[in-house]
Amino acid sequence: MSILDSKIPSGPLADKWTNHKNTIDLVNPANKRNIDVIVVGTGLAGGSAAATLAELGYNVKTFCYQDSPRRAHSIAAQGGINAAKNYQGDGDSNYRLFYDTVKGGDYRSREANVYRLAEVSANIIDQCVAQGVPFAREYGGLLDNRSFGGVLVSRTFYAKGQTGQQLLLGAYSAMNRQINRGKIEPFNRHEMLDVVKIDGKARGIIARDLVTGKIERHSAHAVVLATGGYGNVFFLSTNAMGSNVTAAWRAHRRGAFFANPCYTQIHPTCIPVSGDHQSKLTLMSESLRNDGRIWVPKKKEDAEAIRAGKLKPTQLVETDRDYYLERRYPAFGNLVPRDVASRAAKERCDAGFGVNKTGEAVYLDFASAIERYGKEQALIQDLSNPSDSEIYDLGKAVVENKYGNLFQMYEKIVDENPYKTPMMIYPAVHYTMGGLWVDYNLQTTVEGLYAAGEANFSDHGANRLGASALMQGLADGYFVLPYTIGDYLSKDIRTGKISTDSPEFDQAEKDVKNSINKLMSGTGAHSVDYYHKKLGKIMWNKCGMSRNAKGLEEAISEIAELRADFWANVKVPGSPDSMNPELEKAGRVADFLELGELFAKDALTRNESCGGHFREESVEQDGEQKGEALRDDENFKFVSAWEYKGEPKDAQLHKEDLVFENIELKTRSYK
Amino acid sequence: MKLTLKIWRQENASAKGNMQTYPIDGVEGDMSFLEMLDVLNEQLINKGEEPVVFDHDCREGICGSCSLQINGEPHGPDRLVTTCQLHMRKFNDGDTIVIEPFRAKAFPVIKDLMVDRGAFDRIQQAGGYVSVNTSGNTIDANAIPVEKELADEAFNAATCIGCGACVAACKNASAMLFTSAKVSQYALLPQGRVEATTRVLNMVEQMDKEGFGNCTNTGACEVECPKGISLENIARMNREYLSASLKG
Repeated sequence: MSILDSKIPSGPLADKWTNHKNTIDLVNPANKRNIDVIVVGTGLAGGSAAATLAELGYNVKTFCYQDSPRRAHSIAAQGGINAAKNYQGDGDSNYRLFYDTVKGGDYRSREANVYRLAEVSANIIDQCVAQGVPFAREYGGLLDNRSFGGVLVSRTFYAKGQTGQQLLLGAYSAMNRQINRGKIEPFNRHEMLDVVKIDGKARGIIARDLVTGKIERHSAHAVVLATGGYGNVFFLSTNAMGSNVTAAWRAHRRGAFFANPCYTQIHPTCIPVSGDHQSKLTLMSESLRNDGRIWVPKKKEDAEAIRAGKLKPTQLVETDRDYYLERRYPAFGNLVPRDVASRAAKERCDAGFGVNKTGEAVYLDFASAIERYGKEQALIQDLSNPSDSEIYDLGKAVVENKYGNLFQMYEKIVDENPYKTPMMIYPAVHYTMGGLWVDYNLQTTVEGLYAAGEANFSDHGANRLGASALMQGLADGYFVLPYTIGDYLSKDIRTGKISTDSPEFDQAEKDVKNSINKLMSGTGAHSVDYYHKKLGKIMWNKCGMSRNAKGLEEAISEIAELRADFWANVKVPGSPDSMNPELEKAGRVADFLELGELFAKDALTRNESCGGHFREESVEQDGEQKGEALRDDENFKFVSAWEYKGEPKDAQLHKEDLVFENIELKTRSYK
Repeated sequence: MKLTLKIWRQENASAKGNMQTYPIDGVEGDMSFLEMLDVLNEQLINKGEEPVVFDHDCREGICGSCSLQINGEPHGPDRLVTTCQLHMRKFNDGDTIVIEPFRAKAFPVIKDLMVDRGAFDRIQQAGGYVSVNTSGNTIDANAIPVEKELADEAFNAATCIGCGACVAACKNASAMLFTSAKVSQYALLPQGRVEATTRVLNMVEQMDKEGFGNCTNTGACEVECPKGISLENIARMNREYLSASLKG
């Protein structure tokens, strides 16, 4: 286990980061000009890292598969970003944000990393405001906040339902400033296909120009992967169509350990699947749970009538509705964490209370919020005896101002007006807490190879709290990596430019070309999507919201079989030497077919329930928590870090024991 | 429903393109426009033909990747949606749908329906930022209160997704709506005011250099913009530009 050194600095929790920054090595400004850094991925983590590293003086090359860095999928984050500013004076602090995050992650994250995240969170807001990010404000001109799941304070900053967009455009603008200065060279429509290691260190990448098909070599003194999560292993998810695990997986194949692959966040509030043609799922922000109440009919016959179209939800009186989150979790109600809310929805639907034609949907109802806000506005505006419709109009305007774009999006997709009839929602794959294993410095097990944002595993444990992904991406990119990477690069000031004319680059390029040729030479029985959809079904049915040993064992063998079929029979039309989206997809699905198996193996090994990972074999048997997830700290208080050994089934497990010095491990209760 | 698709096919930037006709059956109203094209592509692949290439990614109307001129309108007949959020229920059985790339000199075709919108990035690089370092060593976020109305207006301008529909809608292929949205976001906020003069001059210069046409106030861009970016931004940019030119 000696390889897994998390490099957590010694000393008291609150001083670790400051002490670490004070003692690590720096690179002087003149030397930074001689050092190159590659950043793959230009979302919140990659964009912010690239901008900051360039600003410090390093020569940065960025890579993204999209046509512009601005299109990275961070842009789709809706609800907000957490920061321990305590502007509301409601008792927030760095410690409380730290505590909520560790508890929310079901005690499966590293204390020191999470504390650092909380510590730099306030800086992010200052930074973004200085960049001109237009956060929502109150009438007094100060920043507004709202609440997210799993916490009892209002610490979430937001820009309507487009917080991710505004933050990403902020990072993109910081990148643009550096591109204009010549410090960042952007390679858009490029996909990284391999990491090149020289003497054990990451010294460059092989990338494919997606327009010309040309395979290119790029060298650097360090490589940063900020390539997002792997939710698309499920085919249907809230991720973008192009989101993939390829960069991370190819790094894994070159020696970077992959941590906790089974920790996946299934988000409770997404628009339900409508048919077989479905290509992706759309999230309805968790912020809606501030005002929306989740329910299903209390009686099965009502649920059946609704499914058959004979009954409308608005016709059901209050006493015939089961607000099951408020019933089961009175302390947190509709704002329980995502994993808890998702399982509760599945439980009701499995029991026969689901409400759309597939039986897999629950209601998210704004009627009482509209009424409450309407009455409040009537009072503010001094209306005497307002009519019901006046109250409705006033309340609707408030809700529209808060969530207008989400309601519009819902209406366009579902063709129903959510102001008039409750939204229908169902859980969907959204975020992956697992990712490349990194130490405190965000370095993977390959020297000089770093991972930031969703691509790493470090801060969210087994479940991520809402509005914490944006926080982590920007914390890693703006405030953590620029320090820690300097410590590593300080040893490289005499190295000089890395040549791409070396046997290591030759070999990596050859491997990439061979793999492409293999993909192009299948018998052509089925399209890439055919395999991707099949994989998605296995993952959703056997590695989804609820998992058991039998299902996981089946998943492992089914995925291995599917992978063999894929390599023999996949059909990739066109040529590798020009723009070819099917070839791009084929490479990504090939990697998902390996990751999926490791995912199932990891889930099988972890015979406990924690966070988003729910094992049917591990539930509370009695007492107040009966039926809730049962964690097993005695046997599973560790990070699973998998080492690549060829086939996923041969992957070797390394354990990083999690040490809790500042937080007492407790049963996570939201009752 | 059954549809006839007439789609622009073009091998690469230098090749000559043409319209090709594809019948398609079994289209459902709940499908998005791009899911309908997925079905077509699956059929083409199974027939051994090359699928139609188009840009797309998030499929929830926010990344700005998807484009398509559908029956002569950017993002098709519905209002305030991108192509990925346009649903087939907006069409009728038996319809013929003409699908072309966004057309503009500054947006050269890469392949089929995919165009190069790099010009937009270069306009942003010319000045679409506040020159503040990302070290985090700045003033407290609440140190400068911003009037809610201005903050909201800046936000509205900032919701531009950079898809290029404004350019495709304009008979002059002007990029004024796109450029003015960024200029406005910063002009409205105290953090952006400091560099307002150089920003507007540089961004407009780059816009002209890229070969976009001039604005003649027809307003087609505002009508077709999937995010409802207002023409007021163009008026504001013109004011900013005039006052910057007088200063300069």
